[in-house]
Amino acid sequence: MKRGMVILAACVLLAGCATGPGSRAAGRDPFESVNRAVFAFNDTFDRHLAQPVARAWVDYVPSILRTGVRNFLGNFDDLLIGANNLLQGKVHEGTSDFMRFVINSTFGLGGLLDVASEARLEKHNEDLGQTLATWGVPDGPYLVLPFLGPSTARDAPSAFLTYVSYPLRPVARTAEPGTWRAPFNTATGLYLLETRAELLQAGSILDNAALDRYRFVRDAFIQRRHSLIHDGNPPPPTPAEDEEDDVLAPGGPIMAKVDDNGDPATAPSVDQP
Amino acid sequence: MNPASAAFLYGRLRDTVFSGHAALARVCSIGILAGVLAVGGAPAPVQAAIDPDTPPDVLVKTVSTEVIELIRNDKDLQAGDARKVRDLIETRILPQFDFSRMTALAMGASWRRATPEQQKDLVEQFRTLLVRTYASGVTAYRDQVIEFKPLRAKPGDTDVIVRSEVKRSGTQPVTIDYGMGKTPDGWKVYDVIIGGVSLVTTYRDTFVQEVRQSGVDGLIRMLSDKNRQLEQQARK
Repeated sequence: MKRGMVILAACVLLAGCATGPGSRAAGRDPFESVNRAVFAFNDTFDRHLAQPVARAWVDYVPSILRTGVRNFLGNFDDLLIGANNLLQGKVHEGTSDFMRFVINSTFGLGGLLDVASEARLEKHNEDLGQTLATWGVPDGPYLVLPFLGPSTARDAPSAFLTYVSYPLRPVARTAEPGTWRAPFNTATGLYLLETRAELLQAGSILDNAALDRYRFVRDAFIQRRHSLIHDGNPPPPTPAEDEEDDVLAPGGPIMAKVDDNGDPATAPSVDQP
Repeated sequence: MNPASAAFLYGRLRDTVFSGHAALARVCSIGILAGVLAVGGAPAPVQAAIDPDTPPDVLVKTVSTEVIELIRNDKDLQAGDARKVRDLIETRILPQFDFSRMTALAMGASWRRATPEQQKDLVEQFRTLLVRTYASGVTAYRDQVIEFKPLRAKPGDTDVIVRSEVKRSGTQPVTIDYGMGKTPDGWKVYDVIIGGVSLVTTYRDTFVQEVRQSGVDGLIRMLSDKNRQLEQQARK
């Protein structure tokens, strides 16, 4: 299993290096046909298993318990988030993340309550993929992973590293069966459920909004990662430049095709005498 | 991999990898609702005319505060009463948007290749789609706190970004930015950017691809098919 992961990670990395980063959504998705197949698989899994279970969870579980589940495991996340902030050289943010862990673990009853947020210590969003990006590692091609969903060549292996470094993992792994292991397994299972449940309504909105779900998710994901990497302040493309950029720059063929199909009256006729 | 490990992996990655269908969609829904909230009009039955000189940040802040109040105090809206929700959107929210500019931005260069007739159809269909999307999100998230950031703009600017954040216990705040442009009728929203995801940009690739494959009329057909399908679902 472990070896399999390493090989997978290596393949993904190699693929990333071979292709390199592209600036446009479509150019960043050289494996679209494979990705679409995995996307469809994930969708089927989600519709037939994850969603129904999550719906039952929402219907039968009081929201205070749901919040507790989210906060408890989210509390451990703050350790990893803090570590990543430090790796990115953001000492202030990293310190704040560790403070969050300390405060929530004590005053927050072992992490069940998020009192740190009330104390204006904001939760951050960092992971190893973002740290690598800060260090200059390019995104690489867009990938859809089985069960896990959208990712990139850079983020996919770092996801596994994040998993390996997960603070709770040694506990669950080394604990005697019947002592800590079962409660942790349960808590983690519930965390998954809660995570999916939070997104139920969003999912239906996505269904409404998207003309092509695959593209919609991909293009949103790429923007979202870009924003996270820059901590919410990505270098802003001005709207005008944006407009020209996306269609004109890579779009010789696009333009040509449009002209073929377009109304002759509106096609550009500048070059023709 | 034992179940706990699998679960750790899965759960920990919610905003890293797994996020696609999920976290993003959540972000979308919060933002879409916040869009509704933030650009909605006054709760009075007859909408007070908004002074065209109202600064963009004041406009967004005032109306969002008012509309949150309106939804908080109206059980029908919270329950998602279709007629009331549509009313709210039609009368209060739509006037704050510049749908022509939105459609033009989403289409990029192919906008200029479309005839005025086609442009009219495109705006109409895109508008219908966005309204439906909005309507499906209006009932949630009324308990969230929206915080506005100071506007960074020079006096003569005709294009600004109004920044806000939606806060919720235990999760990272989600940023919601409004791209706004000055028009003769006052400031209008032409893009909503949620957690760094621009509504317009997210549609752009789909639009461009469709125009490339089937022309402008193909895109109009795609949009109207989608709208018809959503209408049928709503009837069920």
